[in-house]
Amino acid sequence: MREIAKAFTIAAKDVLTEIRTREIISSVVVFAVLVIVIFNFAFGSNQQAAGLVAPGIIWVTFAFAGILSLNRSFILEKEEDCIEGLMVAPISRESIYLGKFFGNLFFILLIQAIVIPVFSLLFNVGFFNIELVLITVMASVGFASVGTLFAAMAVSTRARELVLPVLFFPVITPVIIAAVNASAAILDGGVLSSITQWLGIIGAFDVIFLVASYLIFCFIIEE
Amino acid sequence: MAVETNPAVEVKNLSRTFGTFEALKNLSLAVRPGETLAIFGHNGAGKTTLLKILSTVMKPTGGEIYYGGLSIAADAENIRRRLGVVSHRSFLYSSLTAYDNLVFYSRLYDVAGYETRIKHLLNQLGLRSRMYDKVGTFSRGMSQRLAIARALLHRPEIVLMDEPESGLDSSAMDTLWQLMREDCRTIIFTHHNLERGFQAASRVVIMARGRMFFCPDIKCSPGELEKAYASSLETA
Repeated sequence: MREIAKAFTIAAKDVLTEIRTREIISSVVVFAVLVIVIFNFAFGSNQQAAGLVAPGIIWVTFAFAGILSLNRSFILEKEEDCIEGLMVAPISRESIYLGKFFGNLFFILLIQAIVIPVFSLLFNVGFFNIELVLITVMASVGFASVGTLFAAMAVSTRARELVLPVLFFPVITPVIIAAVNASAAILDGGVLSSITQWLGIIGAFDVIFLVASYLIFCFIIEE
Repeated sequence: MAVETNPAVEVKNLSRTFGTFEALKNLSLAVRPGETLAIFGHNGAGKTTLLKILSTVMKPTGGEIYYGGLSIAADAENIRRRLGVVSHRSFLYSSLTAYDNLVFYSRLYDVAGYETRIKHLLNQLGLRSRMYDKVGTFSRGMSQRLAIARALLHRPEIVLMDEPESGLDSSAMDTLWQLMREDCRTIIFTHHNLERGFQAASRVVIMARGRMFFCPDIKCSPGELEKAYASSLETA
């Protein structure tokens, strides 16, 4: 319980930093909206085509926007060696991972909450139902769990902006495929029972990678 | 009958390699409770590596470390609660205010009544008027003073400091040592200036090429220190 409380302290610090700087949300939201607008122009006149590719567009947009947000989260800790400040504090390395995970998850969900209405408006698709919210939250947990670990690895490298996508995308692909297929099925009029296999894939990914990242993280930051 | 107490810090046969480079080689050291130990050494002697390992930021390749008899390998989290660390870098978030930074660290260290403690430390270090300013607007010396406040927030029993006086003016240096000596702390610090470091220390040692080159049991004379330091440079 204490570990979770410390993790929330770290996540709250990240949120406070964002409130003070507005670096992540403003730039990532502008990027995501631009991508959606460009796709909208590409498919604008063809409503049928737009409807078919809409689930793919939204998840590709989230994946790229997520990378920008994740990259920034550990750069913050690298300045003035703040990560060492966390490492000398009486908290476990796992608490640091959870703190950064909660912070990243919060930012990813916030970005999605801002971008989805714009997407719904431009593509004329209703993204506001419980099934799509469930898919979005579950996929975001997968994004944040793997992304937090890889962002910690990438931040110590010289080409961190390149290293993170190269590590992140191959691993996160099952989540993107499952989220696109599940979203497409729901937008096509399907119900929750029709997407259980996709939710199963995302759920299994979340559990495996959250646990694995939680256990591996201490080796990443100590080396 | 003399009462036997554990050393505040005990390092046994410590080694650390980076690839094929041996930064620390079978280094042993014991620091008594309440002692202020200055570590001198040329660039690359292994001082910062030693402090990073002592502060649990880095893991050693071999050897053991004990704090008051507790092994760092088995009880790192409890040991960290007793440590205060001042590094080359401030560990402070530049986009947060001085107060935000100290509140954050107070919560990590479970400091009771942290508001009073923060105000007290900022007063002592002459930063009270800037407590709601972003750390990014601070000068190097002000950041260093705030880093000292951060390290002392939880009243640590043992303080590890890597070049603590860098960027400080003479009055801030005096305040630093006055604050450090409160509560009879054990202090281990590195310093590049023999004279300043000697003045602040109750014992001095010299490292060279990852080993303890000069490690007297009591405080040596300034002459002995200078002579030993000159010899250590020849081996570097």
